[in-house]
Amino acid sequence: MGTIIEVKDLHLWYGQKEALKGINLDIQEHEITALIGPSGCGKSTFMKCLNRMNDLVKDCRITGSVKLNGIDIYKDMDVNMLRKNVGMVFQKANPFPMSIYDNVAYGPRVHGIKNKKQLDEIVEKSLRGAALWDECKDRLKTNALGMSGGQQQRLCIARAIAVEPAVLLMDESTSALDPISTAKIEELCLELKKKYTIVMVTHNMQQANRISDTTCFFLLGDLIEHGPTKQIFLNPKNPKTEEYITGRFG
Amino acid sequence: MMGENAIHNSAVGQSPDSSIELHISRSRKIRGGIWKGLMIASFVIIMALLTGMIGYIAYRGIPTITWKLLSTSPSVLNDTIGILPNILNTVYIVVITLIFVLPLGIGTAVYLNEYATNHKLVSVIEFAVETLAGIPSIIYGLAGMLIFVQAMKIGTSILAGALTLVVMTLPTIIRTTQESLKTVPNSYREGSLALGSGKWHMIRTVVLPSSIDGIVTGCILAIGRIVGESAALLFTAGMANNIMNFGQAFAPNHAGSTLTVALYMYAKERGEFDVAFAIAAILLILTLVINFAAKAVAKKLKKGTSAD
Repeated sequence: MGTIIEVKDLHLWYGQKEALKGINLDIQEHEITALIGPSGCGKSTFMKCLNRMNDLVKDCRITGSVKLNGIDIYKDMDVNMLRKNVGMVFQKANPFPMSIYDNVAYGPRVHGIKNKKQLDEIVEKSLRGAALWDECKDRLKTNALGMSGGQQQRLCIARAIAVEPAVLLMDESTSALDPISTAKIEELCLELKKKYTIVMVTHNMQQANRISDTTCFFLLGDLIEHGPTKQIFLNPKNPKTEEYITGRFG
Repeated sequence: MMGENAIHNSAVGQSPDSSIELHISRSRKIRGGIWKGLMIASFVIIMALLTGMIGYIAYRGIPTITWKLLSTSPSVLNDTIGILPNILNTVYIVVITLIFVLPLGIGTAVYLNEYATNHKLVSVIEFAVETLAGIPSIIYGLAGMLIFVQAMKIGTSILAGALTLVVMTLPTIIRTTQESLKTVPNSYREGSLALGSGKWHMIRTVVLPSSIDGIVTGCILAIGRIVGESAALLFTAGMANNIMNFGQAFAPNHAGSTLTVALYMYAKERGEFDVAFAIAAILLILTLVINFAAKAVAKKLKKGTSAD
């Protein structure tokens, strides 16, 4: 296992407001990295830097460097290829208003796969990977919006892994789900990390504690502390981290 | 506690609290009645106007619709007054107008909604489009005559008429498309971009299919306007009644009148009221069909993209 993403001195401004104040962080391959911190601390912003979704935000300015496998994603990589390699699952499940099959096949089609047999294989593999195949194999052609919230979110995970990314970003992906669906997705994450690297933003301390390997605590645009999850939760070095994870603020 | 409640309740039940009024006052009742009566009256008047007008046109027009009327062109030698050329011209104008206006209008709407970053410019263009939609059609006719017929030397022709209607229906198409694009959730766009698709691919595969119902509705509304337009076409497409093929309709200097223009001609200049009423009946039926089609298509397409 090695470093897959290397962030050096990352600053980000929204207009005049400095939202990230010099972040340095190495993200390890095949680990689940949890980003925690109170609302507005910059953790989501930081995560969106990793697949350049911040490009869509007006007046957003970035300095510093983010390297994926040693390649600077802001200078030496096409943004579409970056997003193929760094997939994302959003806070609210956002399947496209098309069939389950077409949802999963969307990414591969974007990247030029047209062969029907090949697509069939990818769809089955991805849905199996997202633990959704058995539930929907008989209704692949039905509209994805007819699924339950938890299923929709797993469909979004299937859609993201269909392009075989190296990294999967999850932006509070279980916050809108009931505990059973959440448990399924957490279990899925533990399975997925064997193949992918996962970076997740979460407001749920137990979730971070349960499934992540590394935890990073953000506060007001600074990365206060990061390290092995056990250490952060049992023996935090910074008093602010301790106050936050014990629920004294945030 | 329970005993207390029971006693309290029974006490209330026995002697109603005198501070609660049980009936509204007489004058309030009368005022309410007057308003209700006025509303019923306005409903009756509107329905009477509508059914009266449709009924009269149907009564005068439908009996005069004959196969001969629909299948011949006006000829003094054969002693026929047919509206076949006008039917064809209407179809030509609709088709040619749509060929130009759809790519232009949808393209503009997509640009304004998806690409444009200068919000000041966008609001200026939107204001211009709004204003354009409110201009009386005779002004489009005048402008079309000066620009397409004379300056561009297309001559009085179906093509010049269609181009004029392109300008006239452009706001409808732009606005309905734009409204429809605005209803597409941003999460679809983000989801597509996050999978590594380019912007145009995202628009083509996710945004446009999700807003197709609005686009089709706009298109059908535009057809309705084209079919119903007369003032703008009097100046630009002319009043000729010759049968021509689609190729000729695309050529300069081939004038032709649509059903609506023919209606004006027969009623105002020739006094052929039977023909005029027949055309009126046909136009009414067409309008009804177009409106129903718009509703049906919008409903059907919407179904394809919603949960059920």
